[in-house]
Amino acid sequence: MSSVLYDIPGPRARRRILIGSIIGGLVLVALLGLALKRLSDNGILGSPSWEVLTYPEIWESLGRGLLATLRAAALAAVLAVLLGAVLTALRLSPTRWLSWPAATFTELFRGLPVLLLMFAPFVISTTISPFTAVVIGLTLYNGCIIAEILRSGVVALPSGQREAGLAIGLTPVATLRAIEFPQAVRIMLPTLVSQIVVLLKDTSLGYIVTYEELLTTVKTLRNFYSTSFGSEVLFPIFFAGAVIYILVNMTISQVASWLARRGNKKAARAPLGREDRPTAGGVGGAA
Amino acid sequence: MDALVDNLDLILEAFWTTIQLTVVAAIAALILGTVLGTMRVSPIPPLRWLGAAYVEIIRNTPLTLVFFFMVFVAPQVDILVEFKTSAYVALSVYTAAFVCEAVRSGINSVSTGQAEAARAIGMTFSQSIGTVILPQAMRTIVPPLINIFVALTKNSSVAAGFFVTELFGQGRTLAIENPSEGMWFLAGVAFFYLVITIPAGIAAGHLERKVAIAR
Repeated sequence: MSSVLYDIPGPRARRRILIGSIIGGLVLVALLGLALKRLSDNGILGSPSWEVLTYPEIWESLGRGLLATLRAAALAAVLAVLLGAVLTALRLSPTRWLSWPAATFTELFRGLPVLLLMFAPFVISTTISPFTAVVIGLTLYNGCIIAEILRSGVVALPSGQREAGLAIGLTPVATLRAIEFPQAVRIMLPTLVSQIVVLLKDTSLGYIVTYEELLTTVKTLRNFYSTSFGSEVLFPIFFAGAVIYILVNMTISQVASWLARRGNKKAARAPLGREDRPTAGGVGGAA
Repeated sequence: MDALVDNLDLILEAFWTTIQLTVVAAIAALILGTVLGTMRVSPIPPLRWLGAAYVEIIRNTPLTLVFFFMVFVAPQVDILVEFKTSAYVALSVYTAAFVCEAVRSGINSVSTGQAEAARAIGMTFSQSIGTVILPQAMRTIVPPLINIFVALTKNSSVAAGFFVTELFGQGRTLAIENPSEGMWFLAGVAFFYLVITIPAGIAAGHLERKVAIAR
């Protein structure tokens, strides 16, 4: 562990760190104990309602909710990447009639809440399904964010890449497609994957526009089982739902940081080493 | 369009709620996030773990879930607060994780040589932090912080799903009540969001370029 802020500790500092660790650890344990006491005082810890977690029907319903969440996220992710690529291509075009509308579109939709974009389809058409509304909202918003990511990837490329493409007789569009985009995607892959986590998290807004996703399922299950178990049943079901969300998102986040590490290694080895990050002092990966 | 003009006072009132949610949550998140960020770079392992656990869990949790917890689950353990307070807490807790990351990466972006140089000329810990490290870290922290607060402005709309009548919630209610004028209400609400998000976004981009050149 190397840090900007302090040296390798000597004996005195080590003792202070040890004392700090013990106090910090005690505070942590105390907080945890307080939370557990709160739970048991309100009859949630020893409550029989935890039994619901042994019911296969609960997991079936949660699984269906997760599937609905993933379905909306997957479709929206694919559409958003397509929209992002089109917007980037238009925005980078030398023709003002193409680049200006694309830029305006990106800036406008990036500045609006996803929830507003999910609700808008309902206002335009009353027959639209919540699934479609959720996908439209997610696609519009994330498409614009992905467009920004891709564009900054293309802009970061050495200008020789584009010049070489044009020099061997490719059209500007072909250069973008065959030379610039693939490299931009590779540089930006970790950011793109993290954006997919954001997109997946935003599917939970479907709860507010009545799409039957994971969070809606938690609430439906609560309503269903509270007749037999009382209101305490919400806690176990919520707990299960939250763990599912966190596990799925952490898995994707791990993929993103793995890609970032792999990308860094590759970039370090690349002969065309752009002057990347200032890792002065050789503090490798302080993450 | 008439309906929009007629209800402008309602929308302005809701816009004020949005501003309140954003500003209060921003200040709370800034304080909590800075504390957590400092914990993450501190030499004391349990504090580092606590900071890391907080960030990992909250960043991978949807904001809607945090709201859901505050509004429906927290009352189960006798934490009963008004809906608006729940919204403040949910937004602050969520945003603090992102502030923490910005602070941490800002401090880490200062090269070790700077701290070493400060110590080599005999500065104390607080001197080197105050005059050498933090001023440099701030340069890289400010642009992402602005972006985090832009995201917070947009995120405050989630409160509409949890009984707080803010900008989006008001727009939704009005659009449902006057279906023929729905688009006008959406456009009006969108305008008020953009009034905050676009200038702030431009400012962040501008600052980022300035910092980038100075490096």
